[in-house]
Amino acid sequence: MLRLENLTKRYKTGDLALKDIDLEVPDGQVMALIGPSGAGKSTLIRCVNRLVEPTSGSVRLNDSEISSLGQNQLRKARRRMGMIFQEYALVERLSVMENVLSGRLGYVSFWRSYFRKFPQNDIDEAFRLLERVGLDHMADKRADELSGGQRQRVGICRALIQDPELLLIDEPTASLDPKTSRQIMRLICELCKERKLSAIINIHDVLLAQMFAERIVGLQLGEVVYDGPPGNLTADVLTTIYGEEDWEATIEKIDDEDDEDLDSVPTSADAVE
Amino acid sequence: MPIKQQGDIKIWKRRDRNRQLAIWFGQFMAVAIFVYCWQLVSENTIWMFVTDAPRQAADMMDRMVPPKWSYMSDLWRPVWDTITIATLGTLMAVVLAFPIAFLAARNTTPSSALVRPVALFIIVSSRSINSLLWALMLVTILGPGVFAGVLAIGFRSIGFCAKLLYEAIEEIDETQVEAVTATGASGAQILNYGIVPQILPAFAGISVFRWDINVRESAILGLVGAGGIGLQLSSSIDTVTWTQVSLILLVILATVIVSEWVSAKVRHAII
Amino acid sequence: MSAPRTWKRPPFIERPLLRWGLITGGTIFLLLSIGTMEVNWERVAAGLPRAERFVASFFPPDFTSKSSDIWEGIVESLWMTVVSTIIGILLSIPVGLGAARNLSPRFVYLISRGILALSRTFPEIIIALFAVKLFGFGPFAGIIALSIGSIGFYGKLLAEDIEDMDPVQAEAVKATGASWFQWLNYSVQPQVMPRMIGLAMYRFDINFRESAVLGIVGAGGIGATLLTSFGRYEFSSSAAILLIIIGIVMAVEYSSGYIRKWIQ
Repeated sequence: MLRLENLTKRYKTGDLALKDIDLEVPDGQVMALIGPSGAGKSTLIRCVNRLVEPTSGSVRLNDSEISSLGQNQLRKARRRMGMIFQEYALVERLSVMENVLSGRLGYVSFWRSYFRKFPQNDIDEAFRLLERVGLDHMADKRADELSGGQRQRVGICRALIQDPELLLIDEPTASLDPKTSRQIMRLICELCKERKLSAIINIHDVLLAQMFAERIVGLQLGEVVYDGPPGNLTADVLTTIYGEEDWEATIEKIDDEDDEDLDSVPTSADAVE
Repeated sequence: MPIKQQGDIKIWKRRDRNRQLAIWFGQFMAVAIFVYCWQLVSENTIWMFVTDAPRQAADMMDRMVPPKWSYMSDLWRPVWDTITIATLGTLMAVVLAFPIAFLAARNTTPSSALVRPVALFIIVSSRSINSLLWALMLVTILGPGVFAGVLAIGFRSIGFCAKLLYEAIEEIDETQVEAVTATGASGAQILNYGIVPQILPAFAGISVFRWDINVRESAILGLVGAGGIGLQLSSSIDTVTWTQVSLILLVILATVIVSEWVSAKVRHAII
Repeated sequence: MSAPRTWKRPPFIERPLLRWGLITGGTIFLLLSIGTMEVNWERVAAGLPRAERFVASFFPPDFTSKSSDIWEGIVESLWMTVVSTIIGILLSIPVGLGAARNLSPRFVYLISRGILALSRTFPEIIIALFAVKLFGFGPFAGIIALSIGSIGFYGKLLAEDIEDMDPVQAEAVKATGASWFQWLNYSVQPQVMPRMIGLAMYRFDINFRESAVLGIVGAGGIGATLLTSFGRYEFSSSAAILLIIIGIVMAVEYSSGYIRKWIQ
């Protein structure tokens, strides 16, 4: 279970990105974090694995207090949290396989990683994951030869090969077309279920959040303004999160599109097989 | 405000008055400086020589052809030395420039208050001093020969390579580094997986580019005794054997063209 | 799950023959060139105390005892730089325009490219060597050499910049019925100007550094003073000159960054 208490982040510029956040994510829960740009979504998930240093407050993953770990301990803790990025953040000039294996860097020594001599177990697992997302034939392709959806799948493999307890996912669909977005979200949720992972997904797209997450947290100017099931996300709630806009129309339109889409688009499992 | 209202008419000017005046003043100063410097040139020049120059040039050309082809057998070794100097010097420079670039780049330096200024100073001093000056110093200290030439080319190129490389490091995509960090990688692993793959093409390109420049530079190091074909050039000029001079110039030309072709090929293969 | 699959990093060069050929070729070349270097280690060892003395002479360098020579040399280098940079750039503009493929007829293009290639082939110092023979010793020969070098450098970059410009903007201006010079002034110049000003500063920088060595062949500037001080083993004066050169190059580099920012 992940638990954030009084988490506050103030940047050097003086901007207060997070104000006193209290949040709990139970094991196995997929939670979507929605909110306008600049609300602090990105900062929040980066505070969890301390890519951004929180100013005050605590972050606990199960029984370790992440916010007070030293550098070495922090590296160990980061292994337990897989991260998936907006724009994929693959190392573009490395091959697909090297990118996936880079998820094991926290487990192997420097020289082993330098000569690319990863343990056979890691390599088996890497092939298994690539097969699961349908990319095992691409292992020796360079990452920049892949399409957006394929790259994000590699990103997912890199996060999962860490054998994490928690996934931190930052705008996974921001640069993907609507169809691929859904496939990727579906894949992430399926994998979370298979492996009983909990996940925090930052997402712009309210629709996708409603479709796939069990719980939705709305963030606005660094504060939690909504926390509840996707079904309760009414036009009023959206107005408090994003500001005044004609939400009714958006929601209805979304529902129509949704039905259509489910009929015409193969599920990720189909796409994979 | 370039638009002025004058009665009913709006007058548009490209710049407002102060800016226009500043530009005129700047142009005036440039011309004044140039005229002043030209006067200094004039004082230091014997114009009779200059007016005589075309005739001299024609005469020189006349004495240069045909090149003394038989002299070629004496030139193979200097050409080999020239390429050796360029290659070993470049090799030495890139090996040393690699760590210095990491110390100098804003995003990888261990300390921007202490280490970075030192690294930048090394880069600037290496770049400011022409390889011929490096050679001059090294010949004085180590004696003439190819070794001094290699060191001279090396010292001069460290700054060049390190500067271009650290600029490349500062331009890397930070999210890729962030992604590798998030896996729990150590500092050395982040370097190896997150940063080096991103700058490797730039690094290779810079090395080859500098090698190409160094072939030209090492062709002249002989003027101060640091080995290479420049040695033959200066002695042939001193003994006014113009037919040898023209052959040497042709050989330098060929070497430069070949090295340019090689470097273009290699750079093409990398990217 | 099938039998365990192995994975090896794919080699940088796919074809094994080419890969091993390059590796062995490179190694042989390196060994040969190191082998033929003929380092006279005794001479090097003998030089070490002198190297020590040279390094020590930087603390402190001697600016005073040769101050008038140094001052004269530096000033001469500076005005040589100013004149040759301005002349070089003025002459390189027509050549650069002529060498841009999208601007000039094929005939002009070939001639201009020829001029550029010719002036870029030989290092400034070799040109200076000949200029000294033709024009006599002194800064005029140096200015000729630096100007020719500047034409090659600046003209080539100008031509490349023009070739890389946005053709749509140029087309739009042409569509208004502008004359050739108007077209140049309204569509080409605004696009290439910022970068070319930066490059002019950069060329100034290069010319100054070059002017510091032209004295070696008698073409004026601080190089002659430096050469003398080395020849007489007056390392403290050499150190002073080197530090002044570094200082001026740094000053030019900083101010050029500043000027570029101010212009944009």
